[in-house]
Amino acid sequence: MIPEIGHYALVLALGLALIQAVAPLAGARANDPALMSVADTTALAQFLLVAISFAALIYCYVTSDFSVATVFENSHSAMPLIYKFTSAWGNHEGSMLLWVLILSLFGALVSLFGNNLPPTLKANVLGVQSWIAAAFFLFILLTSNPFARLADAPLEGRDLNPILQDLGLAIHPPLLYLGYVGFSISFSFAIAALIEGRIDAAWARWVRPWALMAWMFLTIGIAMGSYWAYYELGWGGWWFWDPVENASFMPWLAGTALLHSALVMEKRGALKVWTLLLAILTFSLSLLGTFLVRSGVLTSVHTFASDPLRGVFILAILVLFIGGGLALFAWRAPQLRQGGLFAPVSREGALVLNNLFLTTACATVLVGTLYPLALDALTGQKISVGAPFFNMTFGPLFVPLLMAMPFGPLLAWKRGDLPGVAQRLFGAFALGLAGVAITFAVARGGPVLAPFGIGLALFVIGGAVTDIVERSGVVQLPWATALKRAAGLPRSVWGGAVAHLGLGITLFGIVCETNWAAERIAAVKPNETFSLRQYDLTFEGLTPRQGPNYTEQVGTFTVRIGGDVIGKLQPSKRSFAARGSETSEAALFTRGVSQLYLSLGDAKPDGSVVVRLYHKPLVLLIWLGAVVMFLGGGLSLSDRRLRVGAPRPAKTKASALAAAE
Amino acid sequence: MTRKQRRITLIAVGLGVLGLAVALVLSALKDSIVFFNSPTDVLEKHVAVGMRIRLGGLVVPGSLARGDNLTVQFELTDGNHAVSVRYQGLLPDLFREGQGVVAEGALDQGGVFRADTVLAKHDENYMPKEVADSLKKSGHWKDDYGKKAVP
Repeated sequence: MIPEIGHYALVLALGLALIQAVAPLAGARANDPALMSVADTTALAQFLLVAISFAALIYCYVTSDFSVATVFENSHSAMPLIYKFTSAWGNHEGSMLLWVLILSLFGALVSLFGNNLPPTLKANVLGVQSWIAAAFFLFILLTSNPFARLADAPLEGRDLNPILQDLGLAIHPPLLYLGYVGFSISFSFAIAALIEGRIDAAWARWVRPWALMAWMFLTIGIAMGSYWAYYELGWGGWWFWDPVENASFMPWLAGTALLHSALVMEKRGALKVWTLLLAILTFSLSLLGTFLVRSGVLTSVHTFASDPLRGVFILAILVLFIGGGLALFAWRAPQLRQGGLFAPVSREGALVLNNLFLTTACATVLVGTLYPLALDALTGQKISVGAPFFNMTFGPLFVPLLMAMPFGPLLAWKRGDLPGVAQRLFGAFALGLAGVAITFAVARGGPVLAPFGIGLALFVIGGAVTDIVERSGVVQLPWATALKRAAGLPRSVWGGAVAHLGLGITLFGIVCETNWAAERIAAVKPNETFSLRQYDLTFEGLTPRQGPNYTEQVGTFTVRIGGDVIGKLQPSKRSFAARGSETSEAALFTRGVSQLYLSLGDAKPDGSVVVRLYHKPLVLLIWLGAVVMFLGGGLSLSDRRLRVGAPRPAKTKASALAAAE
Repeated sequence: MTRKQRRITLIAVGLGVLGLAVALVLSALKDSIVFFNSPTDVLEKHVAVGMRIRLGGLVVPGSLARGDNLTVQFELTDGNHAVSVRYQGLLPDLFREGQGVVAEGALDQGGVFRADTVLAKHDENYMPKEVADSLKKSGHWKDDYGKKAVP
């Protein structure tokens, strides 16, 4: 009964989505407030229905109802409760349901908090949002019904893919989808603006919080996925330039560009058409990612099942929305009024440069991701485009962007003073150069690019700090005054600086990990000791252990530095009977922000085991930097001027400051 | 600067960055992509010694031999031909005899494939997509390859 309720709720949601796809748009055209306000109710009801449907699916998983096909295929009665819960979206059908749940959540949020929007814009946005929702409801109901029943209910399920039996599945997909799908709102705003044929600075102010929210979640979602891959796959790598990773990275790049160009539009009324285009492209890349991951054209841990019909269906959605969006753009955009003049050296100019590099870098990732697929389809030739390609293309495009980054926030709007800014960045320069010199001296003969990378990361970090220091006047003014000024700075200024700081921290971690990670593969017998750098590890032995739905062999290793025991590492190898598959669980030992990483290989007949040990200096900075970026986004979002649903402030201090900028 | 000059500056910078990107992509595509080959391709197309390729096939049952210092040797087949692969390091969790794997590396003078990476990137049927396609091409694909028993 419960699965049928879930299915039925989804069908009802489709019905509401179809109404919402027509009525508010017609209302906006006829200027009929009653018709327009239909969307407010339907958007909320849609979310409620999808939430009921999702809850029904969760219920089926938690109660191990194996008469439901997806539960049978992806769950097991012996699994711990948390994995029963998360396995609901650890498969194609369930993850699509999560996708539409988040899509309808955003629709509901616009309906709840979009009171400051002009009624026609709000109606159009919700209408467009509902087109997307209707397409994906249809997709789920026609090709990927998560509630399909089996004629004879089996007694036991086939278990979830062991790699997915991890807390990461509870965190990574929901966060990533909040980001991915969140950009649907910017898309809907862009299409709504094109339908109305009117766009102004206010549009950017309305769309920016939504884009910012999506960007925050995408940032943290990608970072959590990266950390999950790092500890779960046992290879010690945190980014593989895998097509599936690129699929989430491309919307991030485009979305970052969108945030910055919307800033220009909001403050100066320029780059309107470009911002619209970016809003369309960002969500198009999200859809492309969904297609790549869900259609089965790629093989990866994210590909759950490939049914050709699904691929074709998503491709059709993709063509419809990207093609339709771009066609509408080509038709209506030339009628929009251009605005805002600025000198090449100015804040606007810097942000244009930012957009240029971000979008070009995004394009190279797109080429690297799609080229193997295109070549395979056209010639049958199979190739792999891996890290070397992206290091050669993405790297050189991102470095100038990072070098220019500290300059941007310090340049004035309209007309900037480059020598003046360079002067103010003296401290950051000095920090960067000191980094280069020290790295060069300490790691002599090491990788050539390492000192440069460290210098660049420090320059970016120094630049972010300089931004706040300059604006608060810590150097020139007495402490108390400066502190007051710093506290009075708009939160969006703080947010921007913190986000830039986060990127610098991530970069620092990346440079350290790629240049100074050490690896050792060894075969060790019990009580044998092996070392890597200053760490000595003693293998204490292998013990079997029984888990809820697996058996494992746990290796115990004592970690010593110069004879002192500092910790214990217990990597294991798990066998999952239901799937007949094995996983290795790496053991991590964290010291500060550096990690020791130990994964267990095969046991040999003579009693020794093969182990792979890494020392990863400062590796945690990679993900901590992303967390800092997330917090920066949050700070910016809490800015009164940006807050969703906040009433227009009557000349507050913040807006007075902004006007004075 | 006039409006026109500003626009030209913008377009020039834009084209410059785009040109740089195209140049980077083209040179990277020439140098850094790796072609996938089946054992038959390797023998028939005379892949040059030392050229980096990916080799995929089924691990011949009984061919896996472990040597000192974590070296392993095994044979990869597509049903028509087999190529010896030598690798030093840890094999992935899902490496099994009789199942599909992809190895990346280059052929040496003696015709042995020296792999520096062994991937067992699988779909649900424990079969890398490239290997499945190449088996279908060589006519040795069986529909039940790697499939689990359906209860």
